[in-house]
Amino acid sequence: MPTGVLNVTIDRDGGAERFEVPAYDNQTVLDVVSWVQQHADPTLSYRFACRVGMCGSCAMMVNDVPRWTCRTHVSKVTDGADIHIGPLRNLPVIKDLAVDMDPFFDKWIAAEGVHHGALTRDDPIARVDAVSVGRVEANAGIECINCSVCYAACDTVTGNADYLGPAALQRAWTLLNDAKDEARQDILDAVSGSGGCHNCHSMGSCTAYCPNDLDPMSAIAGLKRETAKNFFRRGR
Amino acid sequence: MKAPARAHPLWIAYIVHRLSGVALAAFLPLHFWVLAMAVSEPGRLDGFLAMTEATAVKFAEFGLVFLLAVHMFGGLRLLALEWLPWRPAQKSLAAGAAALSFLIAGAFFLQAV
Repeated sequence: MPTGVLNVTIDRDGGAERFEVPAYDNQTVLDVVSWVQQHADPTLSYRFACRVGMCGSCAMMVNDVPRWTCRTHVSKVTDGADIHIGPLRNLPVIKDLAVDMDPFFDKWIAAEGVHHGALTRDDPIARVDAVSVGRVEANAGIECINCSVCYAACDTVTGNADYLGPAALQRAWTLLNDAKDEARQDILDAVSGSGGCHNCHSMGSCTAYCPNDLDPMSAIAGLKRETAKNFFRRGR
Repeated sequence: MKAPARAHPLWIAYIVHRLSGVALAAFLPLHFWVLAMAVSEPGRLDGFLAMTEATAVKFAEFGLVFLLAVHMFGGLRLLALEWLPWRPAQKSLAAGAAALSFLIAGAFFLQAV
């Protein structure tokens, strides 16, 4: 049974549009958007898949904060009945709430966020010490679901279109600490360029809003240290 | 689209560091101008220094010392964050930097008045 009415404002191509959505005790922001699409306006475009915080496709701006909408309860974002939903910040809008994720993933590649292996399937499986310093650092970042919440939260991305952003840099830091990755120098070169880790002002919005409680800001701080050490080592 | 909520300690620490830096940079030319009087017009410098007894100037000095303190400790916080291995107690560091700045600026203020 509905417990009231939510006043929902959704940023769309033609401007903001208001909808009245039945409120329930147990309701996520994604439920609200889906209700609008199913009962009020079938032309509303948005993106989701798993609904359980695994796929990273449903992130949107909710009351001006980037959030994964499938795991965000309405009661978490509003005390009253007003909810403002918009497309993710810092990415081009395709339509309504669906943004073009290409720049986000292109930067992932540009930061060498891909596995650089040296072994083949015929080699024995590499032994990795689960409690080594590097592995602990790498483990800290591997739960990233590529939802782009950190990228949308980052003011440095807003100010510099070339900045690789928190997610891509955190991926680079993870690979840099991965004993199985063989391209240490390539990664350091990729993240120390003009759009690299040294653009970061440590504002911490990435870490503050990461839905998986990851810490990209610290990963970027790690990259700053490693690239600096690398610079001085090379200089000698 | 409005910018996301920035009401978290690290973002506030960031903006305080930036604004205090800009304010200090803006103050520097005035500072050098007064210092230069010591060489060019010592009499005028004495007149200028007499102004520091005024309450309004004392308040301005308090602001200046606060800016210096907040900028220095904010900078030390950044250096610690980026150059020392990561510590999760960073928010406490940011809050500590602000508190220490207030303490120093406050102590100076009490001594001045």
